[in-house]
Amino acid sequence: MTPTFDRPVLHTRRAFTAGPVALRLRPRLIGTCTAAALVLVALVGLNLSLGTVVLSPATVWANVVGLTYDDHFTVWQVRMPRIVVGVLAGAALAAAGAITQTIMRNPLASPDLLGVTHGASAGVVAVLALGGSYGAVSGPLAQIGAPAVALLGGLAAGALCYGLAWRSGIDGFRLLLVGVGISTALMNVTIWMLTLGEVDDTGRAMVWIAGSLNMRSWTDALPVAVALVLLLPLALVAARTLDALSFGEDVTRALGVRLETARTAALVLAILLAAAGTSAAGPILFVSLAAPQIALRLASTPRPPVLLSALVGAGLVATADLIARTFFGSAQMPVGIVTGCLGALYLIHLLVRGNRKGQA
Amino acid sequence: MKTPPAHLDSPAGTPAARLSARGLTLAYDDHTVVDSLDLDVVENTVTCVVGPNGCGKSTLLRALGRLMRPRAGSVELDGRDIHRVPTRSVAQVLGILPQQPTAPDGLTVGDLVARGRHPAQKWYRQWAAEDRTVVQGALERTGLAELADTPLQELSGGQRQRAWISMVLAQGTDLLLLDEPTTFLDLVHQIDVLDLVRDLNRSGGRTVVMVLHDLNLAARYADTVVVMRSGTVLACGPPAEVFTPELLREAFDLEAVVTADPVSGGPLIVPVGRAGGGA
Repeated sequence: MTPTFDRPVLHTRRAFTAGPVALRLRPRLIGTCTAAALVLVALVGLNLSLGTVVLSPATVWANVVGLTYDDHFTVWQVRMPRIVVGVLAGAALAAAGAITQTIMRNPLASPDLLGVTHGASAGVVAVLALGGSYGAVSGPLAQIGAPAVALLGGLAAGALCYGLAWRSGIDGFRLLLVGVGISTALMNVTIWMLTLGEVDDTGRAMVWIAGSLNMRSWTDALPVAVALVLLLPLALVAARTLDALSFGEDVTRALGVRLETARTAALVLAILLAAAGTSAAGPILFVSLAAPQIALRLASTPRPPVLLSALVGAGLVATADLIARTFFGSAQMPVGIVTGCLGALYLIHLLVRGNRKGQA
Repeated sequence: MKTPPAHLDSPAGTPAARLSARGLTLAYDDHTVVDSLDLDVVENTVTCVVGPNGCGKSTLLRALGRLMRPRAGSVELDGRDIHRVPTRSVAQVLGILPQQPTAPDGLTVGDLVARGRHPAQKWYRQWAAEDRTVVQGALERTGLAELADTPLQELSGGQRQRAWISMVLAQGTDLLLLDEPTTFLDLVHQIDVLDLVRDLNRSGGRTVVMVLHDLNLAARYADTVVVMRSGTVLACGPPAEVFTPELLREAFDLEAVVTADPVSGGPLIVPVGRAGGGA
């Protein structure tokens, strides 16, 4: 049999070539990413226009591009920081979820289960609840420090899980079990600390734990923005390695990938992204679990695509915050509660539908 | 990666070993599976490893393919300790199909085979014209070109096995290690796959090591058979010399008559079994 070129079989796999660069063109992935980005822009616009004061799309646009400064405060000082923080946090969490689900080859593997989220919570509660009145850290300082502490707490817990699960290599299942154990322990420590603090301080801590975008400012956006700018391109360049890591271990090694190094690097990437996302807006649950699975189905790829997951995650948080801000009148719902409910419904839907089992 | 392999320097007439095991001891945790084993895989031959279940065949193959580290001893690839060769360089000369490989759900046959190009690619060069040609060729060699866009999990066991073989072929290596490439296949497809393997060896110049269950197929397709039992090599050589009633008794506790294969003239193993042929 002689190979025949350009038979229909490989026609669907076109390449983009320029000099030494030869990349596979994935029209469906590009299409869904573009669509998701457009939907995201529309959602951000809606978030800017809806609220206690409803602004027309034209007014929002005029204020955004600086044609008028009439509603500058509402658009740029109140709504914009909030939605930007939410979108960035959602993107970071979802990208982290896509990476973890790929390397663990498990659709339920998410940074929530790797200790990151609960580590961040424990750190923040320690500062907000205990530092507030007892310790050296006082109210305003505690608020500024919360994202930094969340980042540290998340990283420390993630590293701890990783260290405890290491036994001449990382076994995905063992890591998840260790992660669940550490998360539960940290959750209990967090609750215990909440009982110790002053009511005012623990109140603020509770809001943070619920994953809230209330009173977010531009300073909250900075760390997660930096993390995304640095880490997301890395994750995209590593797409080929992630592809190889989505196979069984022997196949990955047979393909010439240094399994432990590659998997550790990918996991560190995911932990950094998740910790940055959590530090900005608190633990917004289920985004890292659901967004990659939605992206996987939209693009019908064998593993969750990182960029599309990030866009879907951002859109998910934007939608959830819109609901949280507008559906419940003056009672401001923390966005984490809404994503938690949406995510749980979605997960049940997946399980009940069951015609295509969860994939990573 | 086009440095001439060490075997080209060997004196004429002496067949060079591409892969050798030296005092190889392999273990999972405390359980020793292979015990100080020596083996040479000669260039341009088909070697079949046979033995009863649990004798360490697959473990040996994994070690030869650098999928596991030896507890003691070493594996040499073209005269170099295989663990001193970078993972990627190994994957450019040695392709291994592990037992029961797993792929993510939803992966199509074409994409699976395309993944075989991984060791030859760079992050900015992932789908060059050469990759397309090789993938197309690998699909056609296993008769799967029409199924390129079918998800792997929708294939029959035999088609799936052939898809995995295609992936290893797409890697384009001249050393192939295959762990039971004929599992799940009906007899026709077993013969198809083994004919393909022989073809790759005879006209493609590839060196092949296979773990096989079926002794008669091993006898038919192997240049060298390696008979293992309890982690050691009992016998190693051409099928006609190795497959004797005495050795089959020793290795498999099998009472068998060895006669001439009417097709190939090689040994044909006919088990006597408990019925003693009388039924």
